[in-house]
Amino acid sequence: MKTDNQKAWFLVLPVLVLVAFSAVIPLMTVVNYSVQDTFGNNVFFWAGLEWFDQMLHSERMWNALGRQLAFSSIILAIEIPLGVFVALNMPKKGFWASFCLVVMSLPLLIPWNVVGTIWQIFGRVDIGLLGYTLDALGIDYNYTQGFYAAWTTVIVMDVWHWTSLVALLAYAGLQSIPDAYYQAAKIDQASRWAVFRYIELPKMLGVLMIAILLRFMDSFMIYTEPFVVTGGGPGNATTFLSIDLVKMALGQFDLGPAAAFSLMYFLVILVISWVFYTVMVNLDRRDAK
Amino acid sequence: MAKITLSNLAHSYLPDPQSEDDFALKEMTHDWRDGEAYALLGSSGCGKTTLLNIISGLLRPSHGRVLFDGRDVTDHPTAERNIAQVFQFPVVYDTMTVRENLAFPLKNRGLPAPEIARRVQKVGDMIGMEAVLDRKARGLTADAKQKISLGRGMVREDVNALLFDEPLTVIDPHMKWELRTQLKKLHHDFGHTMIYVTHDQTEALTFADKVVVMYDGRVVQIGTPQELFERPAHTFVGYFIGSPGMNLFDARIDGTKAQIGGTRFDLGTTYPLGGGRVKIGVRPEYIRLSDTGLPARVKRVEDVGRHKIVRLEMDGAEVNAIADESGTVPDGGTHVQFVEGGVNVYENDWRVAARRETEAAA
Repeated sequence: MKTDNQKAWFLVLPVLVLVAFSAVIPLMTVVNYSVQDTFGNNVFFWAGLEWFDQMLHSERMWNALGRQLAFSSIILAIEIPLGVFVALNMPKKGFWASFCLVVMSLPLLIPWNVVGTIWQIFGRVDIGLLGYTLDALGIDYNYTQGFYAAWTTVIVMDVWHWTSLVALLAYAGLQSIPDAYYQAAKIDQASRWAVFRYIELPKMLGVLMIAILLRFMDSFMIYTEPFVVTGGGPGNATTFLSIDLVKMALGQFDLGPAAAFSLMYFLVILVISWVFYTVMVNLDRRDAK
Repeated sequence: MAKITLSNLAHSYLPDPQSEDDFALKEMTHDWRDGEAYALLGSSGCGKTTLLNIISGLLRPSHGRVLFDGRDVTDHPTAERNIAQVFQFPVVYDTMTVRENLAFPLKNRGLPAPEIARRVQKVGDMIGMEAVLDRKARGLTADAKQKISLGRGMVREDVNALLFDEPLTVIDPHMKWELRTQLKKLHHDFGHTMIYVTHDQTEALTFADKVVVMYDGRVVQIGTPQELFERPAHTFVGYFIGSPGMNLFDARIDGTKAQIGGTRFDLGTTYPLGGGRVKIGVRPEYIRLSDTGLPARVKRVEDVGRHKIVRLEMDGAEVNAIADESGTVPDGGTHVQFVEGGVNVYENDWRVAARRETEAAA
């Protein structure tokens, strides 16, 4: 008979302690700030849910959230189809397959702030190749002044940086399809679209869900790149949630509202990730059945 | 339905083949008759699948032509050849139902809906899946999925040929027998030219009118199961077909006399030999234990129920003989004799017909 004992928990203890110090305790200080008010000197007053109430009725936060959702939706709508398209057109094997893989990985290896700097210079009208060329062509492009120019720059930059990730994941999914499927499709006289719709897409669905999840979470928390390029401007045009949060917490030192804001931010990401996770698990279960 | 002609066909996966070793498929010229069932038999890596893919057009041969009813189709894509092919591992479209899977090849060819429905229903009955036609294909067992793959080949009634690439590998043994019977019935009813690749001799022998034995990129023999058994054209055929395979002895032949080891015996006829490496092949069924003949030692006896397989040792080489269930097998030293008519002579691994045979044929 199997004897139950609880000794195994001791083996998990070091991890629990580590997680407590690295995540739980810092999070608790945020919780602590979110329900108190301070006027300095480390003196705190109980504020209850006041900050949450204030943030929920703050037009500034809702605007930032709106911009954030718009940004995430736009880059997903571009990066997922584009990544799949790139993956479908990559060579399947041989020298060029390896070459493409290396080239595709390059943007992923560049640190966020460097990506920002690259595009910040690239887009400048005075010395940047892109900005100068567009200006010479008579196109009014200035990401520090124009709303559309700023958004376009930030979106194109994200697409440049991250489409590779989607393409590589989709490529991995495609590589797992045995040749027999394509041969059978030829025998069945399936069109190119039918091959994509009934063979490639179903086989890629799993990795695409992961790609969507990763890209959604990452873009939802984007900070460095737009901060370096536009600094959230012009005006508040590209002030996304985390840029706004940093402005509030470190710029204005509004610790209470910022803490409430970040807790809600955290919850939103948690809920959306949970939805994705549930959908993926259900997909797996349907596969296994 | 079509006659398939392979004319000087050869294939190499290398861009610039130098020697014969560079060819996955050595040059061959064959006619595959319209409406016959062929089994392509050979060990793994002998070029069976390469040949099949060349016929179906999935692979373009590097040399030679493929003709359907005399029409050159070498450069035609698979779709234009109107061929159905079933693969080793089941290919089903996961997101479709069984019915949609079966209808897929017909829909792609633009058949009218009532005709599609009729044929799908018929094939669904034939493969025993009429009850699950509306289920998603994804959740089915490997057996069922392979039946769907077979079914997608069968719904196309007007195909030039039905090709099977080891289609029963993943199927349960008893299901295998049932599906093979259905395939035979299908062949009987519709008279399609069928080519069935397998490395399982039982499967090949029970399925086909003609068995094509391949070895090392070459077709070594095309014949009925009986021909393959009695007169293997190549030592590989002798070894590969039969259980256990044919015994091969290094021999010297001088006129009508043969010598194996230190023993001489009479063959009763002469062979037109050219001075190559000579071997005598005798199937275990044609070897008898006796008091005189070639000396051998009994190593062990395997009783398989219907008969006994006697494993002997002769000059350090293993020899198999089949003995009656009733007979007793002596321990240790004994002698073996060859039954008349059971002896085949090989020179450089190819069978040499006896003068008597060639005279009878003339």
